Amino acid sequence: MSVLVVVECDKGEVKKSSLEVATYGAQVAAQLGTTATAIAVGEATEANLAKLGEQGITKVLYDKEPRLKDFVNNAYTKLIATAAQQEDAKVIVLANSNIGAAVGSRLAVRLGASLATNVVELPRTDGGQFVVKRGAFSGKAFADVVLSGDKKIVAVKKNSIEAQHAAGKTAEVAAFSAQLTDADFADAPKQVIMQDQAGGVLLPEAERVVSGGRGMKGPENWGLIEDLAKALGAATACSKPVSDVDWRPHHEHVGQTGITVSPNLYIACGISGAIQHLAGVNSSKVIVVINKDPEAPFFKAADYGIVGDVMDVLPKLTAAVKELG
Amino acid sequence: MQADYFCYVFSPNPSLMKFLVCIANVPDTTTKITFTPDNKEFNKAGVQFVINPWDEYALTRAIELKEANAGSTVTVLNVGEADTESNIRKALAIGADDAIRVNAAPKDAFFVAEQIAAVAKDGGYDVILMGKESIDYNGFQVHGMVGELLGIPTVAPAMKLDLSGTSATLEREIEGGKEVVQVQTPFVASCQQPMCEPRIPNMRGIMTARTKPLKVVPATGANARTQVLEFALPPKKQGVKLVPAETAGDLIKLLRNEAKVI
Repeated sequence: MSVLVVVECDKGEVKKSSLEVATYGAQVAAQLGTTATAIAVGEATEANLAKLGEQGITKVLYDKEPRLKDFVNNAYTKLIATAAQQEDAKVIVLANSNIGAAVGSRLAVRLGASLATNVVELPRTDGGQFVVKRGAFSGKAFADVVLSGDKKIVAVKKNSIEAQHAAGKTAEVAAFSAQLTDADFADAPKQVIMQDQAGGVLLPEAERVVSGGRGMKGPENWGLIEDLAKALGAATACSKPVSDVDWRPHHEHVGQTGITVSPNLYIACGISGAIQHLAGVNSSKVIVVINKDPEAPFFKAADYGIVGDVMDVLPKLTAAVKELG
Repeated sequence: MQADYFCYVFSPNPSLMKFLVCIANVPDTTTKITFTPDNKEFNKAGVQFVINPWDEYALTRAIELKEANAGSTVTVLNVGEADTESNIRKALAIGADDAIRVNAAPKDAFFVAEQIAAVAKDGGYDVILMGKESIDYNGFQVHGMVGELLGIPTVAPAMKLDLSGTSATLEREIEGGKEVVQVQTPFVASCQQPMCEPRIPNMRGIMTARTKPLKVVPATGANARTQVLEFALPPKKQGVKLVPAETAGDLIKLLRNEAKVI
């Protein structure tokens, strides 16, 4: 038996969330007294895959089929299922990403496995049970869930476990083929359109986020948000009312019906803090709220706050970050 | 030319679609979440339940596509006990033609997926739509499980859905961008914004919904594969530390030296 970890790669690099997943998988393997093998999806390089040894991965399976560069639901599912059978995987670990959830749910049926998504902690495996803690009620609660059966699949929420880096350790990269055919690529994308993201930081992967609400008064003031985000190496985000009136694109909308983020730092500018917005951000490690209304409900969920006009405060913050160097 | 004409006359109209829209019954988005004293169940007392907001995108888009292809039908499906019927009626009021309720409390994602797959297989639906996830369980699993159980493609999460005959073009959100995907019916899609502007019922819809068919069927014997042991609320925040606006720059020092996040 083994633990199989699905690592998503992009432009040759292993995604940050997949480094976390690799760490998680290696630690589960240690708990179960076995080793962790990874299977790579997306555009990977052998050199970067070998570096997964730093996260505790022993071996990486790599299918060089070029059509695996883009996400193809059927092909990815077959690839991972084939690897799981070859490795006799009892636990499969994926990122709780759009890819991880799409593939994980199909794998659960194909392999007859139990599945928990949105998992935030390592499992408790004492007493023969396999119990994970997962986020529920849109970030307003947690649930401890027992996974039953012989095979388990766990999708780990981003930024909920810190990636380990044991410098110098390398994993063996092994050629692997799932014998994928044209039929497996029938639902391949016709086109892939990537966002033009200011500063190059993608919101779902970001460690820091600067977010704006109606208090920004209009899209013309977003330069203030972008300046601070750029100085901090942060992604930009917004509240639902802002994306509803098209000040900002939908993919920046954070909240209950938008993206859920869990960065180390979330700076909310001119956002009052409706319960639906809090649901999307309240697993952030540190929350900063800037609002001119001292009664804004967001201050109750914040670690740090400034009562003041965002138009005055934001340039001061940006200047202070630049002074840090 | 002759062959094309022949096909056109004798094949069923490919633009007539049977839509199946799966809706979940969830606590209203403003609900303060509490649990029963043993923390084993969600405390429903005094809570208003609504159609899962993500499912509203699926429902409205199905109705829009039905309207664009006269003769198509939209069936609403819910796995739930009798108390979900007010929200099923609401979906009928918004414009679905009929409804099916699988009479069972939803145990877990796999259990629900098996119920949906059984109904879908029985009814020969062309397009199976649902929301990205339910806002209570946040599983984001049911779509893929239904697709796999039926052996048909899944597109999740979908931001756009257009139909041309039996061919569908969808936009799927991926981290940092989107993919344009083409699939043939039958398929499953889980929907999210900005697919459409969710509709609310009007008076005429509410009146006609009362007499639309709502069929109650028993659950299949599927077993759940997961079980909740206990719920917990997130730890409370320590309280906010305020920095005066005049010396806003001090906040950055705190974030570096105290919180250690920059």
